[in-house]
Amino acid sequence: MGKAHVYKRDHINTDEIIPARYLNTDSETELAKHCMEDIDADFVKNVQPGDVIVAGQDFGCGSSREHAVWAIRGAKVQTVIADSFARIFYRNAINCGFYLIELAGATRKINDGDEVNIDYEKGVIENKTTGEKIKFQPLPDFARKIISEGGLLKTIKCKG
Amino acid sequence: MPSTITEKILAKAAGEKIVKPGQLIDANIDIVMCHDVTTPPAISMLINEGVDQVFDREKIIVTPDHFQPAKDIKSAELHKRLDEWARRHNIKYYYKLGRAGVCHALLPEQGHIRPGEVIVGGDSHTCTYGAFAAFSTGIGSTDLAAAIATGKLWFKVPASIKFVLNGSLGRGVYSKDVILAIIARIGTDGALYKAMEFTGPALADMSMEARMTITNMAIEAGAKSGIIGFDDITKRYLDEHLKEKKEYTVFESDPDAEYEAVEKFDCSKIEPMVALPSLPSGGVPISQCAGEKMNQAYIGSCTNGRIEDLRIAANIMKGKQVAIRTIVVPATPAIWKQSMDEGLFDIFYDAGCVISAPTCGACLGGFMGILAKGEKCISTTNRNFVGRMGHPESKVYLASPATAAASAIEGKLTDPRKYL
Repeated sequence: MGKAHVYKRDHINTDEIIPARYLNTDSETELAKHCMEDIDADFVKNVQPGDVIVAGQDFGCGSSREHAVWAIRGAKVQTVIADSFARIFYRNAINCGFYLIELAGATRKINDGDEVNIDYEKGVIENKTTGEKIKFQPLPDFARKIISEGGLLKTIKCKG
Repeated sequence: MPSTITEKILAKAAGEKIVKPGQLIDANIDIVMCHDVTTPPAISMLINEGVDQVFDREKIIVTPDHFQPAKDIKSAELHKRLDEWARRHNIKYYYKLGRAGVCHALLPEQGHIRPGEVIVGGDSHTCTYGAFAAFSTGIGSTDLAAAIATGKLWFKVPASIKFVLNGSLGRGVYSKDVILAIIARIGTDGALYKAMEFTGPALADMSMEARMTITNMAIEAGAKSGIIGFDDITKRYLDEHLKEKKEYTVFESDPDAEYEAVEKFDCSKIEPMVALPSLPSGGVPISQCAGEKMNQAYIGSCTNGRIEDLRIAANIMKGKQVAIRTIVVPATPAIWKQSMDEGLFDIFYDAGCVISAPTCGACLGGFMGILAKGEKCISTTNRNFVGRMGHPESKVYLASPATAAASAIEGKLTDPRKYL
């Protein structure tokens, strides 16, 4: 169960998620202190473990910095739900074992502060606040395999 | 079965006869580009997983560039980790000290980019190398770690969108204006997950430097890659720059290859463009925004920090004075030296510019020209996101080196054609 932090905006980019002035470190706990800083300076104060970020189209566009995924994961956010994701951000998340949810009309179906419960296997978001059960398409099999094995590098190790 | 150039390159890399959009493939990687921000985490991951290995020490190209020379203690630590790793694995092409430069200008210049190859790099603007009829895409640190260790990566074959560039560029109009016009039309996710294939007669007037400005910004439309076919201009550049391995394979799109869409542009109708804050898709003709006051001009980056760009800027600044802080950043040491030898530094110095060592610097808000709250910068870079070059309430306007130089002289957004 987690609370939704909803940003009714498209194209939330990696510079907003983790500004480049903090890229001189790759420590997840350090990065987490500045998560979403340039779009919402209070995010880090308000976020609780298990919360979710909800946004519009093209979330994570811009830089290839995986630091954006690490900052979000470091802030103990369980997932990001968005209309769509930018390509490198999406790939990075899968590769480091972080689940994303693509959901058309995400910011209309979930309001800021709503409590949500997510079943990743069945592809259902239960909005506890509105009582609505929202279906989503789970990630493709190959991506779920990478995530279930703990990220891309583990799969390489498996292959030897 | 007809295929696009992108499909043909990926088929070869995957050891398949043909591949189709949407297909998942395991591709062999020819070149892996590594820099100081995304590579140190990749190195740590490999060490943690107990696979501290490189697949081929001659196919991994390393240069610190983002915070080069180190801007603070933390970035110095990143450089140290990169340096220790590159030495430990005896990386053959490790550009350090006075040979380090902005990666996407450095690799082609030093002869590491060949047509028909698959190139990945831990940087979103790795799509730049597609100008050389190669498949090239940006990746994050985990992908980078996998590529470094195994020389292979999974890809979903992208569908292609064809951009036909008709006509010829007018006076004071450059390839930067063309790509800003394209992104203004299709949006920052207009080519999401796609390969942008650029073709058409207008390319005949563009040098490899100018073409790299176009493919560099494919990512700003959300694309996986940007690509331009091989021609005499490509060949001439390669003849001059390839050093050790000089052979390469030329692929071209079949005439009846399938495209998801075809977008046509009449380049003769494009004016000098400025992308207004805070998305690269905010491009408008200079006539609609001229006069807006600026605090700084920045001429450099992997988009427009090459010798041709500096010549264009110098030609406009010659004998003039800049009215605002103006920072000129040659992208590589060779460009730096050539600028000096050609007398461009004299022009920039006389005009009152700061000339920096090669670095990504302020393009990404690193250092060497950070903006204060409320300040505005006309910049030849590729992103004008919120806070990109400094304070979250500062603003970035993207344009060609000509428009940036003219705007530097007047201290406000200015049509470069009045200085040509």
